[in-house]
Amino acid sequence: MTLTIRDLSVAYDDVPAVRGVSLEVPDGSVLAVLGPSGCGKSTLLRGVAGLEQATGSVAWDGEDVTRLPTHRRGFALMFQDGQLFDHLTVGRNVGYALRLRSRGRAARATEHARVEELLALVGLEGYADRLPRTLSGGERQRVALARSLAHQPRLLLLDEPLSALDAGLRRHLAGELREILTRAGTTALMVTHDHEEAFSVADRLAVMREGRLVQEGPIDEVWRSPVDAGTALFLGYARVLEGDAARRVLAAAGAPAAAAVAVRRSAVVVDERGPLEGEVRSIRSTPQLQRLVVAVDGLGDLDAVAPLDHRTSPGDRVRLGVDVTRVAALAGD
Amino acid sequence: MTTTRRLLGLGALGLLPAAVLGVFFLLPVSGMVARGLVVDGSFEPGAVLEVLTRPRTGRVVWFTVWSSAVATLVAVLLGLPAAYSLHRLEWTGRRVVRACLLVPFVLPTVVVGVAFRQLIGESGPLGPLALDGTAWAILAGLVFFNVSVVIRVVGSAWESLDSRPGEAAAALGASPAQVFRTVTWPALRPAVVSAASVVFLFCATGFGVVLVLGGLAFSTVETEIYLLTTDLLDLQAAAALSLVQLVAVTGLLVLAGRLRAVPDPTVRRTTAPPRRPRRGDLAPLGATALLLLAIATPVLSLVVGSFREALPGGGSTWSLENYRALTGQGDNQALLVPVADALVTSIRVAVDATWMALLLGGLLAVLLTRRSRSRTERRVRSVLDGLFMLPLGVSAVTLGFGFLITLDEPPLDLRDSPLLIPLAQALVALPLVVRTLVPVLAGVDDRLRQAAASLGAGPVRALLTVDLPVVWRPLLASGGFAFAVSLGEFGATSFLARPDAPTLPVVIFRLIGHPGRLNYGMALAACVVLAATTALVMLAVERLRVPSLGAL
Repeated sequence: MTLTIRDLSVAYDDVPAVRGVSLEVPDGSVLAVLGPSGCGKSTLLRGVAGLEQATGSVAWDGEDVTRLPTHRRGFALMFQDGQLFDHLTVGRNVGYALRLRSRGRAARATEHARVEELLALVGLEGYADRLPRTLSGGERQRVALARSLAHQPRLLLLDEPLSALDAGLRRHLAGELREILTRAGTTALMVTHDHEEAFSVADRLAVMREGRLVQEGPIDEVWRSPVDAGTALFLGYARVLEGDAARRVLAAAGAPAAAAVAVRRSAVVVDERGPLEGEVRSIRSTPQLQRLVVAVDGLGDLDAVAPLDHRTSPGDRVRLGVDVTRVAALAGD
Repeated sequence: MTTTRRLLGLGALGLLPAAVLGVFFLLPVSGMVARGLVVDGSFEPGAVLEVLTRPRTGRVVWFTVWSSAVATLVAVLLGLPAAYSLHRLEWTGRRVVRACLLVPFVLPTVVVGVAFRQLIGESGPLGPLALDGTAWAILAGLVFFNVSVVIRVVGSAWESLDSRPGEAAAALGASPAQVFRTVTWPALRPAVVSAASVVFLFCATGFGVVLVLGGLAFSTVETEIYLLTTDLLDLQAAAALSLVQLVAVTGLLVLAGRLRAVPDPTVRRTTAPPRRPRRGDLAPLGATALLLLAIATPVLSLVVGSFREALPGGGSTWSLENYRALTGQGDNQALLVPVADALVTSIRVAVDATWMALLLGGLLAVLLTRRSRSRTERRVRSVLDGLFMLPLGVSAVTLGFGFLITLDEPPLDLRDSPLLIPLAQALVALPLVVRTLVPVLAGVDDRLRQAAASLGAGPVRALLTVDLPVVWRPLLASGGFAFAVSLGEFGATSFLARPDAPTLPVVIFRLIGHPGRLNYGMALAACVVLAATTALVMLAVERLRVPSLGAL
């Protein structure tokens, strides 16, 4: 019960958008494909769904579905903006896939029950008779999710499911989405450009750039050891240091030397016994800590953090330590 | 003060169109209606009833209704797959085929009639089928003429349908047929209904095609009015029928307007890029190919026929004789002037009709798209909108006939004015011009004009800065369209053209009705010349790519 993508390529008018991507999504897991806009991740998803003409192969559980048209693949695709059918009520939207498969009085009763069950699952009880246009963005996405889950697709494809929503709602819904997918035991392939979203929903992570897959693995592993500088920056690391600077930071962290190192904004901490020293250039307070920019001797400007009760001001000299869990050693280019 | 000035300004804009419409449309039409209702100075609606209870009238009305309904249905069924293939799929030659399939719509009705007669006539390629003089011939002619309307209206709606809801449905397991039934069709239905209502209107008021193909055996209300007036001189019966038609058509127009008025807000508009055909698209592509064949056959047989010369002893041979004869007046004094002169007259009239239609249509479009600042203003606008659409539905025959009986005495004795025919034709083309310009002007964000005003531009300057750059292309296109319509206009012109200064369609009709060895061949050659002129104008117009063109 595994989705296997082998060497999948899609081109638009001879311009390649996806180049030879191979991936596996095991049963019951959620894989997030993460990449900047325009990297070809949505095209990859459309290729898997059968909406684009692709070369390579897509197989489910050993069965090659590459030649099957979209509607016979048994994969459900949830669009970025939901794509609800505006002329149908919420209930009829959710029951759409069920109605395609069976008709008759008994089927209608089952459909009704299933729609209620799904609306409860996404927290929209009693919305069955509303029209999609009367819903908020978050509600529309929930309906779209319920609609995609209705016929228990063997694979759910999610195209930036939350990115059309505002930040607060996005964070909230990401957690819910994770819970709903786990509870329904759904295998899912999601693409997104937002690493927070990927971390909160997925089990595994694949990073895509310029149509190619650059790294794939369990979330913490990808997070801890990004494959190159570009990936590290995209995953939310603040800076990448190379050469001598990398060696000194790694040494300060007590880690083995490497050609380059990616540093998070909170990796460098003000610490009286720290091995590095520098001059504070600016300070900004946030609710949890103070964020400093420090001109470290021989290294240049680095982001650093200090506890809120630490008194310092621009021009002061401070000593700095490096938190080894917040840096990632990179192989050189 | 400024409000009053604004309203005065708008009123001044509307003055010219209103005056023209009043004198050259409402007056003739009401004069004609009065002719039916008033007998010897007293109001007698009974006369109308008498005409309506004649068995022939019943037959005519019944034929009009069923032939229009069937032709509409067939046109829609044939037009849908073509609209899909031409607007949603990308394939080599798509644009050429699209242009070819749109040609029939602008072909003069007389030409279409003659082309079909040539095709199915005794000596034509389809002669053995013995379709000549049957209702099928008329139906085929009506469908030929109107399929392009369906393709145009439905195609542009289909083109702007978002493809993602359909993809979402497919991803939920809907087969292409189910996607069409549950997603595409609901979104497309308004356009189809609107196209069908327009086609029905065109069929029901179709004149040239029915007159040429139907002869005396089959008559629609429109041709019956013509026959009653010109052959039987029963003006009262003609007026009564016109009255019936006026009521029916106005009703239909209101209905069509209702259906059109709601560009379904639930449908998201984005122009989807056409995609390459897949295996499942073979059926619509095949249907399109067949349609192309069906459209091309009568046209080709017309062209071929025009190059055949009938020999005195029977049989025929290739020759240019028919074209050479166009400088003459036909056999047996068929014509008072050479055909070439008629072509010159046609073009001169069409030029006049075009500037009139553009002037009136432009003024109206500006008037109709200014933002209404009060409820009354809005209401006046919507009434105006409907009023100026009337010429579309009121039969051209009624209009021409009305001109004849109302503009014949001082101070409005205009029968000999050279502007009379252009005016009538301009009125016929006016709705097309307005319908092309209004969506364009309405699409201009009013805040742009406000921005221009806030930067110090007066109303005229704002118009030049904001509206003109958007509107010149549609203006040019609708001008070409009006020109083409005017070139082929036959209904009103057939009443108004003087025998010594006929237009080309009138000459063609006269030639096919006049015995003589060369006359029929000349008619074919004249048809080719007229069709080629119109097609050239339309191809030029098509290159301007104005989406709202001809979308009624």
